[in-house]
Amino acid sequence: MAKRVVVTGLGVVAPNGVGVSEFTRALRAGKSGIRHDPERVRLGFGCEVSGIPQLEAGLAETQFSVAQLKAMNEVMLYAGLASLECWADARLTISDPASGNADYSTGAIFGTGIGGVDTIAARLIPFTDAAQIRRLGGTVPEQVMCSAVSAFLGGILGLGGHVSTNSSACCTGTEAVILGAREVASGRAERMLVGGSEASSLYISAGFDAMRVLSRNFNSTPAAASRPLSASAAGFVPGAGAGAIMLESLESALGRGARIYAEILGGEINCGGQRNGGTTTASSATGVVRCITQALRDADVAPEEVDYVNGHLTATGADPIEIANLSTALQRSSSDFPLVNATKSMIGHALGASGALECVATVVQIAENFLHPSINCEDLHPRILPIAASVITQTISKQIGVALKTSFGFGDVNACLVLSNYSQDERINERCRIGTKSANASLN
Amino acid sequence: MPDRDEVRKRFIELIKPFIRQDPGQEITDDTFLDADLRVNSARMIDIVLESEDAFNILIDDASMGRLDTVGAAVTVIMEKLP
Repeated sequence: MAKRVVVTGLGVVAPNGVGVSEFTRALRAGKSGIRHDPERVRLGFGCEVSGIPQLEAGLAETQFSVAQLKAMNEVMLYAGLASLECWADARLTISDPASGNADYSTGAIFGTGIGGVDTIAARLIPFTDAAQIRRLGGTVPEQVMCSAVSAFLGGILGLGGHVSTNSSACCTGTEAVILGAREVASGRAERMLVGGSEASSLYISAGFDAMRVLSRNFNSTPAAASRPLSASAAGFVPGAGAGAIMLESLESALGRGARIYAEILGGEINCGGQRNGGTTTASSATGVVRCITQALRDADVAPEEVDYVNGHLTATGADPIEIANLSTALQRSSSDFPLVNATKSMIGHALGASGALECVATVVQIAENFLHPSINCEDLHPRILPIAASVITQTISKQIGVALKTSFGFGDVNACLVLSNYSQDERINERCRIGTKSANASLN
Repeated sequence: MPDRDEVRKRFIELIKPFIRQDPGQEITDDTFLDADLRVNSARMIDIVLESEDAFNILIDDASMGRLDTVGAAVTVIMEKLP
């Protein structure tokens, strides 16, 4: 029997708010974290705006030692800050590094899309090319290895379970939540710290700027530049930051009297195989629809039970297609469509962190019974107009039963997480939980 | 040219951020960097680079192998001073 999985801690470093309470206030207020960046102008970027977390001066120094700071780059910093907040929020203690005991019941799946490219650009390449190998020092590999983020978290938190960095482009954050939930549901771990982190390096967004997929028509009005669902949307705004979520078995959470924010009902991760219209950069509709359908099946949720969708919705031409795919998968169109918003309208697209930031936003909205506005979509895209009544443009109070978080990424990869408010309802107790079906299948 | 006490004082300041375990007593020439202070091998590389910058010296690979205690490190630095 699969275990029920609940959320017992949150941490966030976002362009419009650092820390869960500031982020929540920003979501409620519809506050944009997008700013103009003169450096992008100097370098000739078409997109001159970005979403970068505004860290209070000295914050990093209060959380990390001098030696840690010397061995960490931006993606590790955001992951570290969000995870420490999440750990404390879950009211867990960090074992004494000198005691020698790892927490063998807790692991971490924490992803990144691009990773430590700032270290590669600022140190690894110039020092190597200048024949200054020994001057690289002793901390380059731990900052540029693909698993830099999770290795760092495993060390500062003393984690003894499965500790790994996942990477699936813009699916990464949501994928991490689903992978972690499966670990807890199967009983392999009591707790999994999950999430994603992405740095703000210009070297990350340069390639996307060259692809002409970034927003360039709103450079003089940064807060209006990220426009998911809008007719005038013409590209995403690069974002950065990290979201962290503590997943825990319900019995462990109840056993220690933890605060429960929400429940994870199930999820699906798949790939369209770059067939049926899918390419490296575009999703196959067949794959997306299947992902959503399978996620609902995994969660034992009927399409009509879905109250709210936190969309992937990046502000490219893919937004109307995503809405159409959701309509197909849920068999719900026009006025019947679930409520929907795009967190990216305020924070931009933080690539490998986006799903994690948006999962945090989804959990916060479930726990606090509200839905945040999707800003900058006053001119809804014509193909989205039929569901206009479902698009949240002003903050509303709303008890959310079942929510979907969708993420889609380069490589034609898809992830769909099904969450709900936490209920002690017996009917809910008897439902199939995440992983049950696959567990049963393996028994057959 | 700084004397041995001065070099030791500056070296101990320099390694403080890299110390992973409080030795529980005053750091002396006999304090082992790995066993007593739990400075790991990757951080030793950074201590060498920072020592080179701080004292304007070059610590060659052979000398690096001798850096087991604070006293040994101070001796190596003294030898390399111009």
